[in-house]
Formats: sequence, structure tokens, C-alpha cells
Amino acid sequence: MNNKYVSRVGLCVGLTLIAAGAVAQEGDAERGQAAAASCSACHQADGSGMNLPDGESWPRLAGLDADYIAKQLHDFKAGRRENATMATFANMLNDQQIADVAAYYSQLPATQGQGGDEADETLLARGQQLAERGDWNAYIVSCQSCHGPGGKGVGDTFPGIAGQHAGYIRTQLSAWKSETRSNDPQNLMGAIAKRMSDDDIQAVSAWYAKQPASADQESTQ
Amino acid sequence: MITCPRLLVLALTGCSLTVGIGMSVYATSVFAQEERADAALNQLVHEPPTMEDLESADIHPELKKVIRYGHDLFTNTQQLRGENVFNDMNCSSCHLGEGRVPFSAPVWTAAITLPDFRGKNQHVNNLEERIAGCFAYSMNGVPPEYGSDEMLALSAYHQWLATGAPMYPDKPIYGRGFPAPEEPAEGPSYARGETAYQENCSICHQENGAGHYENDEYVFPAPWGDGSNNWGAGIARLETMAGFIYQNMPLGQPRSLSDQQAWDIAYYITSQERPQDPRYTGDVAETAERFHGRSLYGQTREHDGHVLGDHDNFGEKGDIKPWNVGMPRFENLSEE
Repeated sequence: MNNKYVSRVGLCVGLTLIAAGAVAQEGDAERGQAAAASCSACHQADGSGMNLPDGESWPRLAGLDADYIAKQLHDFKAGRRENATMATFANMLNDQQIADVAAYYSQLPATQGQGGDEADETLLARGQQLAERGDWNAYIVSCQSCHGPGGKGVGDTFPGIAGQHAGYIRTQLSAWKSETRSNDPQNLMGAIAKRMSDDDIQAVSAWYAKQPASADQESTQ
Repeated sequence: MITCPRLLVLALTGCSLTVGIGMSVYATSVFAQEERADAALNQLVHEPPTMEDLESADIHPELKKVIRYGHDLFTNTQQLRGENVFNDMNCSSCHLGEGRVPFSAPVWTAAITLPDFRGKNQHVNNLEERIAGCFAYSMNGVPPEYGSDEMLALSAYHQWLATGAPMYPDKPIYGRGFPAPEEPAEGPSYARGETAYQENCSICHQENGAGHYENDEYVFPAPWGDGSNNWGAGIARLETMAGFIYQNMPLGQPRSLSDQQAWDIAYYITSQERPQDPRYTGDVAETAERFHGRSLYGQTREHDGHVLGDHDNFGEKGDIKPWNVGMPRFENLSEE
């Protein structure tokens, strides 16, 4: 790889990040804890969030990738991801605080997802199928082909979805399906969500809510 | 879509661009409905069974076990790493959707068209030998022995996917291989390909083409480099790569790139280094002459003067030679 190539790609990536308003900033978890005071009303002190079957579930943030959290906060601020509540709270944070809050939640131990317990066996089997193998007859790619083995997340682009609340996964997939959420890179999630039926969405949401979010959690179960 | 008169992929593409159909809708409907119905008029359209179908199939439980093992090897070929596989690939890295999906080189086609003569090794191959070829080139490895548990399980999976399809069909097979779009008017460009790759592919396959492992587990395959297929693999050829990309990438959005983008990206990817071809004679020009009419192997890269394939890096497998490469067959049969 020659230097010209490196600098060109570097420049490209740099510009993209500036354009996205997400210049990578070192986060400090300790400062983040203080800044996260306003977040805990919904996301809870331990970052576990809350599954609300009939409303807008609050996602678990504990153990999610820091850069992923930071990107979402920047997107809320800039209107690339729309949510009235989150826009308000994200706007209270400056870039440094976003990095700090993201660092804080990322290092908290992941908690267990809720909302999958009422699902019956058939629904869970469909969920597992979509998660691990997809349904290529409908051109639905498996979740794990991007979210990684066990749905534990891949890098800072593909968030961990295992152990997330069923209500949250469901509303997000529905949002992608109806194009009210579209801050994914290259429409990677949107294209697939549009091919999922409401039952499919229920199924993966329930299945992933019941899966361990981290290796630690796996060993204690 | 419905107004598209003919079955051919190229014709369909033309229509879809003309009427400007949204790609996400396009992809599903094309693969699932209109195109297949149309194609069935004069092509063999076969929908292979799913793993769910296997559970309810009326076959011996022992056979089900073996087919399940074959499916498992196909989708997690990394379990043979260090023994038969010496790169970062699974069979399903290229044969998407468990080897069932049209235009993603569905593998059941091999089960109904072999034994047949194969130009690549100049003799008649059966299904096992065809699979062995994938191990030697695409997996940069060494095939399991003919008749071994692994080989039998893999071929059982292939053959079971072909359930109900006629042997030696007398019609062309719908969705076979990785059909490339017509080569665009402007010849493929390395520079354009690099830009298009970084924009459309690098988020998963990385800027340096190394693919992505997360916690030591396979996620996205490596399009080039030591983790990828070697120079002898079918997909190292420009046209095959262009077809794979156009028909399958980005994941979940088939035929969303333009013909030009697909060819440019393919040119960029197939202009990168990968492990040496196991048929390497020790001389890149000679090896190119004998085996590489359709890849960029042996050609000089314009921007830096690098001769592609001019090295003795065989990747992780080092000095190990795949036993099937160059193995003669049927030498005792008389010439006609």
C-alpha cells in the first residue's frame, strides 16, 4: 500500500466523519457518568433501559460500542435520526460530553434484554432462523451476517442486538421498514427491514431479547 | 416490472432502469416472482428445499443427520481451518443463502450437471471432484479425501438441494453462476474502482480488503490478501467477480450497483494480490499462459508496475500442496 493511497483514503474518511459531525473524540467514562445523569431517568443508572410493551421502549445502552452510541447521539442532534425525546436530550450534550457519555455506557456490564418471555416456541424458532440463517426466499439476509455471531455486534457500525429489549428492536425495525429511521450506512438495514413481515419483526425481537449480550453474561447463565 | 417482456437478466435490468423502479422493491420481486415465472418458460427454474423442509422430509433420519452436517460445513467451513481450509472463507461467503440463491452460483446445479467434462482440469469431474476444486482454490486449502465423512456430507447437502430437479437438464438453468452484466462502454478503471470500493464495500470488507473478524469469529470475508481465495479460484477472474458483485452486493441489495460500478470494483479487487495459484510452475508468465486467460494474473498493474501473481506466497498453507491439483484421470481410456 503506497502513501498516496493511504493519504487519499485517510482524507476520504476524514471528510466523511466531519460531514457526519462525528469526529472521533476520546471519551472519558468518569466524566461521562456525571454527564449521563440526565439520561438515567429512562436508560437507568445501570444502563439497562426498559422494555415497555405498549410504548416506546428505552434501549439498553450498557455494553454497547462507544462509537456507535456517539454516532446515534450526533445523528439525533443533527436530525439524521428522529426522536423528539432524544433530540432534546442529545442537544444538551456537546461533542465532548457525547464522547464521555458513550464511553461511560460502553464500559458498563450488559444487562439482560426483556420482552421475549411471552413469545411462543414457533415465534422463537422463526426468530432464530432469521437471526442465524435468514430467509433467502424472501431475500432476508441473516441478522448475524452483519451483527456478528450471536448478534453481539461488529465494530462501531453494526450494534450488538443480542440482549436488547424486544420492544426496542421491534420499533426500530418497524421504523426502518416505514423509512422513519434511515441513519444506517448504505441502507444496509433499511433494505432488509422492508422485506420483513410484522411477524418476522416480532420473532427476531423476541429471540434476540432472550439471547446473552456478552460472553460474560453467557457464562453466568 | 410486469411490462418487461423477456426473462433475460440484461433485458430486465434495462427495463428496471428505464422505469426507475426502487432497488429494494426490485430485488425482492425480481428474484421471487416475475422473473422466475417468465424464466420458467424456457429455463430450468428450481427452488431448492430449505433446512426447515429437511426436518419434515420423508428420508432416513441418518441421511438427515449427514445433510445437516453438510449444511454446517458449507456455512461454517472455518471449522476445517488448518486442516482443509487455510484462508478466512466459508463456502457460503460466495455462495450466498446457503448455496440456494439464484445468481449467487447456487451449488445444487453441480449435482444435476456432473459428471461432465471440465475445461479447468481437462477431464470428466464428478460432484466430489468439483467440491475438491473449491477447497484447493477458493478455500486456499486441501480437500477432504474422496469418500470421507466431510466430502460425503457436503455432496449429500448439494444433492439434496437438487431434490426434484432433473438430471442433465435440457434447458439452461435459471440463476446459474454469477452472470456478469454486459461490459460497459467505458472499460473498467482501477481508479474509479478504488473509489467505488471505498464508498460501497469498505464498511464491511475494510479499506485494505482484509474482511472482518470480530472476537476471532468470521463476519465479512476478505476480497483479497492472504485471507482470501487464491489466484486459481473462479472468482479471481474479472468477469466472475463483476457478476458476483452486481448480482449480490452490497449484501441485501442485489443489482443496486451500476454495470460500470460492478466492473470497476471487480477490476480493482482482482488487481490486488492473493495467495499463489497451486498450479504455479515457478514462473509467473508460464503459469499465466497455461492457466489464466480470464484473470489479471501475470499482468502488470499500471499505476505501480507490480506484476500480479509474481510471488511465492501461498498464504497460510505454506508448502502444503493440495493433492487433487494436477491429478490425472482416465489415462487408460483409448483416444477416439
